[in-house]
Amino acid sequence: MTDTTANAVHFEAATAHDAHHDADHKPGFFVRWFMSTNHKDIGTLYLIFAVVSGIIGGAISGLMRAELAEPGIQYLGAWANSIHALVGAKPAEFNEALHLWNVLISAHGLIMVFFMVMPAMIGGFGNWFVPLMIGAPDMAFPRMNNISFWLLPPAFLLLLGSQFVPGGTGLGAGVGWTVYAPLSTSGSPGPSVDMAIFALHLAGASSILGAVNFITTIFNMRAPGMTLHKMPLFVWSILVTAFLLLLALPVLAGAITMLLTDRNFSTHFFDARGGGDPVLYQHLFWFFGHPEVYIMILPGFGMVSQVIATFSRKPVFGYLGMAYAMVAIGVIGFVVWAHHMFTVGMDVNTKMYFTAATMVIAVPTGIKIFSWIATMWGGSLTFETPMLWAIGFIFMFTIGGVTGVVLANAGVDRSLQETYYVVAHFHYVLSLGAVFSLFAGWYYWFGKMWGKQYNEILGKLHFWFFFIGVNILFFPMHFLGMDGQQRRSPDYADAFAAGNYYATIGYMVMAVGMVFFFVNVFWSLFAGRKAADNPWGEGATTLEWTLSSPPPYHQFETLPKVD
Amino acid sequence: MKIIFKLAAVAAAFGLAPAAALAAAAPAPAAAPAPAPAATAPDPAASEAVPAAANAAAPAPAALPRTAPTAGIGQPDGRLGLQEQVSPIGQEAAWFHNVILMPLITVISAFVLLLLGWVMFRYRRGRNPVPSRNTHNTTLEVVWTLVPVLILVVIAVPSIRLLAHQYDPPRADITIKAIGNQWFWEYEYPDHGFTVTSRILTDAQAAERREPRQLSADNRMVVPVGATVKMIVTSNDVIHAWGVPAFWTKIDAVPGRLNETWFRADRTGVFYGVCYELCGAQHGYMPIAVEVVTPERFRAWVAAQPGGHMPGAEAAAAPAPAAAPAGGNVIAGAETPATTNQSATR
Repeated sequence: MTDTTANAVHFEAATAHDAHHDADHKPGFFVRWFMSTNHKDIGTLYLIFAVVSGIIGGAISGLMRAELAEPGIQYLGAWANSIHALVGAKPAEFNEALHLWNVLISAHGLIMVFFMVMPAMIGGFGNWFVPLMIGAPDMAFPRMNNISFWLLPPAFLLLLGSQFVPGGTGLGAGVGWTVYAPLSTSGSPGPSVDMAIFALHLAGASSILGAVNFITTIFNMRAPGMTLHKMPLFVWSILVTAFLLLLALPVLAGAITMLLTDRNFSTHFFDARGGGDPVLYQHLFWFFGHPEVYIMILPGFGMVSQVIATFSRKPVFGYLGMAYAMVAIGVIGFVVWAHHMFTVGMDVNTKMYFTAATMVIAVPTGIKIFSWIATMWGGSLTFETPMLWAIGFIFMFTIGGVTGVVLANAGVDRSLQETYYVVAHFHYVLSLGAVFSLFAGWYYWFGKMWGKQYNEILGKLHFWFFFIGVNILFFPMHFLGMDGQQRRSPDYADAFAAGNYYATIGYMVMAVGMVFFFVNVFWSLFAGRKAADNPWGEGATTLEWTLSSPPPYHQFETLPKVD
Repeated sequence: MKIIFKLAAVAAAFGLAPAAALAAAAPAPAAAPAPAPAATAPDPAASEAVPAAANAAAPAPAALPRTAPTAGIGQPDGRLGLQEQVSPIGQEAAWFHNVILMPLITVISAFVLLLLGWVMFRYRRGRNPVPSRNTHNTTLEVVWTLVPVLILVVIAVPSIRLLAHQYDPPRADITIKAIGNQWFWEYEYPDHGFTVTSRILTDAQAAERREPRQLSADNRMVVPVGATVKMIVTSNDVIHAWGVPAFWTKIDAVPGRLNETWFRADRTGVFYGVCYELCGAQHGYMPIAVEVVTPERFRAWVAAQPGGHMPGAEAAAAPAPAAAPAGGNVIAGAETPATTNQSATR
């Protein structure tokens, strides 16, 4: 790969690096935040957006855990009534209350996937740190970057608005985040599902534009000497993620467009009565959906690699293996999708293939886990908050990974499919994997982004409460699933009461941890001590630590040279 | 344990609210079979029958006493593992899961945890102030690539074998077509000439019959013990999934498709499952209740259904005498040729 930015240094008149560019020509408030072309500002917008979405999505999961704390229906009726009162509808009937449950699970999934994890990882940390880490002044297409972000708020508003319009049995789209046909077509009349689909269209367009931007930036704007094989692993992870987005999201866009035409224009893509096939939708969805789960975790891998190396004061062990393990995960991620559909009635040879292909993913994932531990091996470890999150990530992701190997076996999945075992599995890799890495990145770069250092004690309290809470929350779900509890139902047999009760307790512990998080954010922003340019010392070797904290509004006017 | 009991008590109290609403929403299970001639020889082996007195208050007293579920069999009981498996496939799968997979993933997780703990202890800054610069070890990297590959191969052998067995059913003794509806199941017995409609029991009804809440249905699907049951599963509206954990069986009910699966229950009793695919508001309210009975009792049950007859009896009326099976095994005549794609591929 030829480095096309090699001569950019000649275009820069000024050579003196001034760390206090901060004051120079920042636009006014409206232009700066609403017409932004600065990757750091757009990254900040993404992060704020993700935090807001995370609060909403997390609150919805709180509602769900409250309802699930005990067998029977306790609160759904009252909640449905208040929503009905809000929009001036009749008090909710029992089925409408049950429909609200499906709306909650759908909203929780969609918000956390499309409006929390993805914006935070790719839009937030990706925007902030990819240009800094490769020594670029900004993203390749700054205006497109702005469009990428501003597509998200309307998408989110559409999704939130869909909760208040008819969606079949009751108000809102109760179709799950997977939006399976025909429940999402003939099963859900009313504008709600259409609004949710449009929300996905907008969020998908936003991600595709972002992916184009990242690929172009990473391929063309690396500082002189920064070869692909010298890029920090976080940049590698974003590069692989961007390719996954670029290849997977158009398939989702096509699938949900077909849903729209099935719903509104009497096409029969997914309707057997007209020669269509409901299972086709699942193939299309999961062809997107499986790469999507790697889209959500790969940037996390990258962040954890940076954090582990920094606090071990050692370079990453087996750099090339780490980078190409991510590439391998990305590639294999495209050929395993039907393991989400082992019970749809595929033939046995197909199931054997998808079993084998899925298990292969464990190999590059294992390489990553062991390389992280080998990075720590021989290091000089300190355990600041980001390191705690990163180590927690490694272990939690291991647990989520091994239950993934169990589920990969189609013969075993036959009984575990659509049970709480699956819920436990994917929350271990997402809620305890992706989210842990997000917090690791948040604390790691907090001082760099905002110029104020976070409070270490509050950060550690956040970690321990969250860590213990989510384990109490999700570990019992493995047993609930083995015993047969179905997903996506607000009520369950009394035998499942204990596990669900513990899970709700776990949620509360986790929520206490989140209080520390928010207190920490506000306390640190307003009263935190000023962050040093590089608070982490010798282990922090990437380019962003050579800049001031926060970095100047326009950095690298003289391109850094990488040896 | 106390918590469980307390929760159960609270649940019973709360449970009444949805029960009342459900009673209004769903037609009362009065569509039960018409009273039939007295049951022939209620088999003592077929679990304890609910006393007739207890059954009398039920909305639709059937001629045959309702078999009571056995605690810990065929229903969840809050255990920390898989339900007791009563089918050969289930036992093979449970062995694979409990003997191969669980120990393996526990050891791997413990290994990673110990490694992490060790490096955190040994290489903390207080003890190891000068970090090494070692970033490569080819042998190590080859080992941690190849060892997982070997582990996966070890897993793959029983896994693929289990899968092959699941798709290699013996000749079917009886065929049942399960049809998912929003939100109840229908069981068509094509060779026996009747259909059973199965809806959830309200909480009050379940409590009255001492059956598990949320899992019990008014009319059960009944199959003979030890018979290979071919399930043809489809749907009338959206996608549902028919699954019974104790049989290790689960297959989606997809509108416009006939999915096929099979199971063989090797003990009598009542076995519960639920719908395992999101299908709308009452997704959690369309349970599956399968009653496994002795062949004699099955015959009596079939006779008690409106229009119900054993396939043998039908054949006896036909002119071809050769088609009539010997009186011994009444369920032998129910084979149908395998027609769906899954069977064709084996």
